[in-house]
Amino acid sequence: MDDLLSEFLTETNENLSVLDVELVRLEQNPNNPELLSNIFRLVHTIKGTCGFLGLPRLEKVAHASENVLGKFRDGELTITPEAVSLILQALDTIKSLLAVLEATEAEPPGDDLPLIERLNLCAEGKLGGAPVAEPPPPPPPPTAPAVAAAEERPATLDELEALWNSTPGPAAAPAAPAPAPAAPASTALAPRAPEPTPEPSHDLVVSEPEPAAAKPPAPAPAAASTGGGGANDGNAENATKESAVAAQTIRVNVDLLENLMTMVSELVLTRNQLLQILRSQKESEFAAPLQRLNHVTSELQEGVMKTRMQPIGNAWAKLPRLVRDLAHELNKKIDLQMLGADTELDRQVLELIKDPLTHMVRNSADHGLEIPADRVKAGKTETGRITLNAYHEGGHIIIEIQDDGKGLAIDKIKQKAIQNGMASEIELASMTDQQIIQFIMKPGFSTAAKVTNVSGRGVGMDVVKTNIEKIGGTIEIKSVQGKGSTFVIKIPLTLAIVSALIVECAAERFAIPQISVVELVRAAADSEHTIERLKGTPVLRLRNRLLPLVSLQQLLKLDDNEASKKAEDETFIVVTQVGTYTFGIMVDRVFDTEEIVVKPVAPILRHIEMFSGNTILGDGSVIMILDPNGIASATGEMAVGDVAGKETTAVQTQRQEDKMALLLFRAGEGAPKAVPLSLVARLEDVDVTSVEMSNGLPMVQYRGKLMPLVPIDPNFMLGTEGRQPVLVFADGDRSMGLIVDEIVDIVEEKLNVQLAADRPGLMGSAIIAGKATEVIDAGFFLTQAYKDWFGSGGNDGYEEEKLQRVLLVDDSPFFRNLLTPLLSVAGYDVTAVENANDALALCEAGEDFDVIVSDIEMPGMSGFDFAETVRHGSRWQRVPMVALSSHASPRDLDRGRIAGFNDYVAKFDRDALLFALQQTLTEHKGAA
Amino acid sequence: MSNAKLPSTVRKSKGDDLVATGNQDYVTMTIADQLFGIPVLQVQDVLGHQRITRIPLAPPEVAGSLNLRGRIVTAIDVRLRLGLPGRTKDKAGMSIVVDLRGELYSLMVDSVGEVLSLTNEDFERNPATLDPRWREVSTGIYRLNGQLMVVLDVPRLLNFTTVETA
Repeated sequence: MDDLLSEFLTETNENLSVLDVELVRLEQNPNNPELLSNIFRLVHTIKGTCGFLGLPRLEKVAHASENVLGKFRDGELTITPEAVSLILQALDTIKSLLAVLEATEAEPPGDDLPLIERLNLCAEGKLGGAPVAEPPPPPPPPTAPAVAAAEERPATLDELEALWNSTPGPAAAPAAPAPAPAAPASTALAPRAPEPTPEPSHDLVVSEPEPAAAKPPAPAPAAASTGGGGANDGNAENATKESAVAAQTIRVNVDLLENLMTMVSELVLTRNQLLQILRSQKESEFAAPLQRLNHVTSELQEGVMKTRMQPIGNAWAKLPRLVRDLAHELNKKIDLQMLGADTELDRQVLELIKDPLTHMVRNSADHGLEIPADRVKAGKTETGRITLNAYHEGGHIIIEIQDDGKGLAIDKIKQKAIQNGMASEIELASMTDQQIIQFIMKPGFSTAAKVTNVSGRGVGMDVVKTNIEKIGGTIEIKSVQGKGSTFVIKIPLTLAIVSALIVECAAERFAIPQISVVELVRAAADSEHTIERLKGTPVLRLRNRLLPLVSLQQLLKLDDNEASKKAEDETFIVVTQVGTYTFGIMVDRVFDTEEIVVKPVAPILRHIEMFSGNTILGDGSVIMILDPNGIASATGEMAVGDVAGKETTAVQTQRQEDKMALLLFRAGEGAPKAVPLSLVARLEDVDVTSVEMSNGLPMVQYRGKLMPLVPIDPNFMLGTEGRQPVLVFADGDRSMGLIVDEIVDIVEEKLNVQLAADRPGLMGSAIIAGKATEVIDAGFFLTQAYKDWFGSGGNDGYEEEKLQRVLLVDDSPFFRNLLTPLLSVAGYDVTAVENANDALALCEAGEDFDVIVSDIEMPGMSGFDFAETVRHGSRWQRVPMVALSSHASPRDLDRGRIAGFNDYVAKFDRDALLFALQQTLTEHKGAA
Repeated sequence: MSNAKLPSTVRKSKGDDLVATGNQDYVTMTIADQLFGIPVLQVQDVLGHQRITRIPLAPPEVAGSLNLRGRIVTAIDVRLRLGLPGRTKDKAGMSIVVDLRGELYSLMVDSVGEVLSLTNEDFERNPATLDPRWREVSTGIYRLNGQLMVVLDVPRLLNFTTVETA
């Protein structure tokens, strides 16, 4: 059977049994609006789902019933026992239709006109207390005389009494309602018996009412198999309510699962203790069975966990079809996009948000999106788009429902609010749009001009809100007139499983949700990170930024008698990010990460915003879960962090974000040194004893080849023993080792060489990690190892008044990284891309350059092709181009010129390149 | 605060606890040598000494939380709740676990005694002069042989908002 259908059957049957009970209660308390609106919603849901599944007959009955209930709700009709009976009868009809539907997977043919007519009459108030002219269709089976009697005429209490007494079994109860308002004694008649099944139409395949005992034991499985077959409904008569559907899935109370999980957790703990004992005993006959117990327990735990978690996609499964049908019905074109369908949600949460989501998607389709003609008029595509997006964020699950329709009509909402007496005009005038939008969440509110059978009855958004708030979530509406609206549902992680970092502070342990932890830093007297204080406020220098620190101990007012001593010499900093605000939480120790199930804290502790919940760890101890959001808002302005973060990296060149990873190290005298990390192939630790001398140079055997070692300081002498850190540079099959004293760190910054150095081997100085750092010229050392790796060294900058922008196209990261600093030190503003396509994309994007330097041999589009493309009609056709190639034969030069290059330079000759660039630029300027 | 006969007052405040015969079962406990009682039906469990996780920033009466067979239970130091000095470290103490609207709370007391079945005749309203803190959390007093037993009202005992505002 279709999943959708079987789910519908289960759900609707459940709703029907609730309705039975609720209606009877309603009859006894006709003035209970809560009861009434609950009933109304349930019927509305049934009607809605029937509509989407294409079950017109069911839908019509439900629609007619809903109309009557609507009148009740609006106070246009008083609740009479007759009307209630009529609705109960309609429900029974729905039940029998469902039974057939379940057996045959199709609605039975025919209609229920007599019933619907009577419902409509009732809705118009004509059915009042007057007897119905026409008796209800065919005399119901023996179980239902009471119902029939009750609705046909106002029965006297005596008659009812008699009827009741004469009716066998539990089926009699519903008869009683007749005297309800007059005789409160009728409370004795509740609750309604489950299955009096009056047969309103002839062509139904009759389903036997309960009790189950009356059935032969076989039919359920039989029905299940034949039901799957579809056409074969020979067994239809036997297929009673709980056949096919019930046989395949079991609905289990979530409390039961919760309990089960608790027990499993206990089992896990006990197992852990047993294993602990086992470990201390070398040989034990318990070892084997314990191993087994171990495995079984693990699997059990996993299984139970699985029963709780479900991807949100399950709740969305219905939506594509729903939207498709809606689109059809409303003559709209709708494209439904679903992102993040595998975001896992606790089953309980999933159940609770399923209906709200359906409602909201339906609303978006019905109210939000315009009909194609209007969309075209508004300059949008004919097809409207509804996007569902689910993801985890900051310990919450966020679900966005977005449409690109007309947005919420503020004016209409205002009007409606006045109409419904929810607010006066004056009140509305002082409200912001955001406040006005909130009205759509109030019960009984609908802006749809006409009540369609899709939506617009004013149930919906209030249901959505109630359901979401029930699980502690929030819903936010953003709407732009003419652009569409977005509903953002935020569900706290309360019920979800999260990974958390366990830390210790003042001998207490806490969990921090891993999701907001960026990194961990150890700060101690002997490490390079130390905590500094600004008027007592602790801060940490982290990669050239000041990180505000929060002492967990102070924040939580933990007393620090014995812990304080320890805190002095070693502190761990949990770098945490909340939105754009990054801060560090100071803790004493960091343990492992653990998967935890977040449990809400006791109500008396809910006001403490530092905690998002608590949990039980693997060792059985209870631990509080810190809420980074709460800590952030308790400790500082959210905005400060991200402003401070950017200003230090501001550079003189126009464009930002071109950060480069730099390797910091020490070698020889003076300032720390840096080299672009991407130039470095590997970091090695060479055993000094393995260094050999060859050709006057120290060498090591490295990966089957000889690798020359070059010291940065020419006077450097290798020691005779110990280990020596070496930066390995490699290009193609050649490699070279640069001997350094100590590798310090890797930082990511825009390399902005400020001073051109006059010492060979140095490209210049730059501020890196807040310190003046010498940027080494890797090229210089490469030529020391292999004379032919490049041309000659030496470095004279070619100054320009204003930075010339150079586009460098080269597939080798090595050369890009080498040339970028080289050219920028020579006063160019360099943008490096790795292939011609990227370069052309920049051209498309509207970037402008003064000169383009391009490699020739590149995968994909070669330099020649690139030049041709640029020269033939691109925006850059007048930009001078310099070719860069290791093949610098005259033939290549000619070819390059034909392709459109202004100059041609051998790859290794940096002086020539710089010269060529300068020549080309001045020539070009002169020509322009 | 009328002087009406006592059982009727009790019936009003905690109607379903009182049975027609006028007999009530209480779990008794002692705190600072004073006998207290809690209706037996409200008690879930009696615990010995437990490992408790402190909860920073919580009201002082909240001693922490503990794991009771996989459920997190909030431990309340009844001594502090009653305005008595905290228990000295050397005495282990015991706890009575009660359920309030689906949440479990562990009431830390000095010791837990036997279950007593008491008749309404021995019941008496709180004396007007009783410490306001005690009066707030107690429904009344039972006159026992040789001593008095204060009946604790669990919902009020666990209602901290009144403490904070006071």
